[in-house]
Amino acid sequence: MSEYQNIFTQVQVEGPAEWGMDNENDLASERIVPPGFSRLVGWVGNAQLGPIYLGWTGMISLATGALAIFIIGLNMLAQVGWSIPEFLRQGFWLALEPPSPEYGLTIPPLNDGGWYIIASLFLLVAVCTWWLRTYLLAEQHKMGKHVAWAFASAIWLFLVLGLFRPILMGSWSEAVPYGIFPHLDWTTAFSIRYGNLYYNPFHCLSIVFLYGSVLLFAMHGATILAVSRFGGDRELEQIVDRGTASERAALFWRWTMGFNATMEGIHRWAWWFAVLTPITGGIGILLTGTVVDNWFIWAQEHHFAPMYDGSYGYEAYGTYEAFIGRE
Amino acid sequence: MFKWFDKWNREHPTDIERPAILTGVAGAVVVAVVAVMALGQPYKTDSLQTGPRGNGMSVPEFVSDLAVPDPAIAELFDDPPYVPEEGEELAGDIYQNVQILGDLTDANFNRLMAAMTRWVAPEQGCAYCHGDGDLETYGEDNLYTKVVSRRMIEMTRNINENWDVHVNANKQVGVTCMTCHRGQNVPSDIWFKMGEVNMAAAGWSAVQNRATPLSSYTSLPSDALEKYLLDGDLIGVHDLESRVAARPGDEGVPTIQDAERTYALMNYVANSLGVNCTFCHNTRAFYDGGQVTPQWATESLGIQMVLELNNDYLVPLAEVLPEDRLGPVAGDAPKVACRTCHKGYQQPLQGTNVIADWPELATSDAPDYGQ
Repeated sequence: MSEYQNIFTQVQVEGPAEWGMDNENDLASERIVPPGFSRLVGWVGNAQLGPIYLGWTGMISLATGALAIFIIGLNMLAQVGWSIPEFLRQGFWLALEPPSPEYGLTIPPLNDGGWYIIASLFLLVAVCTWWLRTYLLAEQHKMGKHVAWAFASAIWLFLVLGLFRPILMGSWSEAVPYGIFPHLDWTTAFSIRYGNLYYNPFHCLSIVFLYGSVLLFAMHGATILAVSRFGGDRELEQIVDRGTASERAALFWRWTMGFNATMEGIHRWAWWFAVLTPITGGIGILLTGTVVDNWFIWAQEHHFAPMYDGSYGYEAYGTYEAFIGRE
Repeated sequence: MFKWFDKWNREHPTDIERPAILTGVAGAVVVAVVAVMALGQPYKTDSLQTGPRGNGMSVPEFVSDLAVPDPAIAELFDDPPYVPEEGEELAGDIYQNVQILGDLTDANFNRLMAAMTRWVAPEQGCAYCHGDGDLETYGEDNLYTKVVSRRMIEMTRNINENWDVHVNANKQVGVTCMTCHRGQNVPSDIWFKMGEVNMAAAGWSAVQNRATPLSSYTSLPSDALEKYLLDGDLIGVHDLESRVAARPGDEGVPTIQDAERTYALMNYVANSLGVNCTFCHNTRAFYDGGQVTPQWATESLGIQMVLELNNDYLVPLAEVLPEDRLGPVAGDAPKVACRTCHKGYQQPLQGTNVIADWPELATSDAPDYGQ
């Protein structure tokens, strides 16, 4: 007999495609792409692909998002003389950079950040209409807006990096470049320029919530998988009518650490930890360069970073001669 | 044919996979442990402590790398000077047009000339600077190589005499032609201006996001050496108070882009010396002079030295050098930086004293033979 596995779903039930509710919002008429089935997709989720509801927000989001990607990609392609092999070879190094600092908040020439501003504008529209889509679709399904607000917290960080902070600093040059290695360089340089971002308390909080999210995700995922043999994966039923899966999961944690979340509450824990990660991170970025210019000195002034007591222990330092064995 | 086998298997279901995997994993672990114990750990590391205990300031290296000395050390040779005798005739009196080595005795003059040939032009020999003519023509300055080497001797003397604080910071080692040249006409790891590496853009976009030797193959700016080791721009990017009123784009206000350029220089320095950030810095506060290591001071003096060597000695040589010795982009003279001497080692030639036999190169005054 086949069995239910936790990583890959080996049992795939396939019947006529499910079309969902055709309610008063006339959703069915705007659904596109005839539904199909994929065994491969079925291994990691629902085997049915489509139909999809785009609506005007989805159309605008896809169109402007594609424009932003094309502007970034074509700029990179121009930088390697329109050579596809070079584009692939150097792809991780290439970037569309923000304007040079001398342009402040004015519109720079196209080849020194102008394209960056245009791409950013389209990206902004794409992200905001996609957010609106998550909000409107939730409304049409008479759902809570939790997904939209969670997405909004990520957009907050995105806007701080690319819009709010550059405006407060008075220069678009403060924005993050669009490129694989270049945006990582920016992150390091940003931390170094402002005296070590690890001493920014909001960066600390963001890390706490990020690692906390990871921990909660692992704990919750493990708990539900562990009781799925008792129907624990049917979480909604368990919330309404607590069954043996819920009971066992709750008992396990109470006997392990004296406290257990509830079947509903664990999702609030996870939601808030996830949402607070970019919210606190965004606050930390927004304060950098606008309110605090050197986080290490700030941390020393606020007794947050320890001072050394002056004993540097020079006598314990190694010598080069001993290190290379040429004493 | 094997029906009885299939039937037996059906009637005696046995889990083979689980014990097979368990035995396989356990066996592999035993083999690995025995191999490491018997043959030794091949990736063993050692580290050089560079800061206060407990904050992780150290430079790690593979023990196998540390066991191999710099191969260039084997190419060094002993050639002790001849102590001049009273009233001995000097090179300046014997030969024509001896501008800077005139107060050497004939024996020492020829000893140095022979050594320079081995250091710089072992294949071409004397002719590399003096041409194919007879000995009588050796006084002529017809070849650029001779004019350049005269200036390079002056540079070597300047380094030994005035940059003692960098070169001999740990102990007496000095520099000779060999420190950079290593038997080649043109030393390895020299550098030229790269210009704009990204022709399709302007401003900061134009000088970065290319894997070049000068960016240490990162996407950081490729003009760091030009700005800091030739133009002498300010390397530090930090504010020394927790809050300062300044806007990016204002004169003298370092931007994130400047921090990237500084980072490119630091990458270059670290790779040139085979070290990491904590060799010089306490990375919790890169800028803080109160927390840097003693090497930071040596390094800062090295940067000043390189600035002087490039601007006073090497850049002016562009007028003398032929076109094929100039930079491919800007047509500039070849320039030096950390790697030209260090070649990936903390100390060039791993701290071998190369100046002991060459008092003629140690000073611009009359050489001191310890008489």
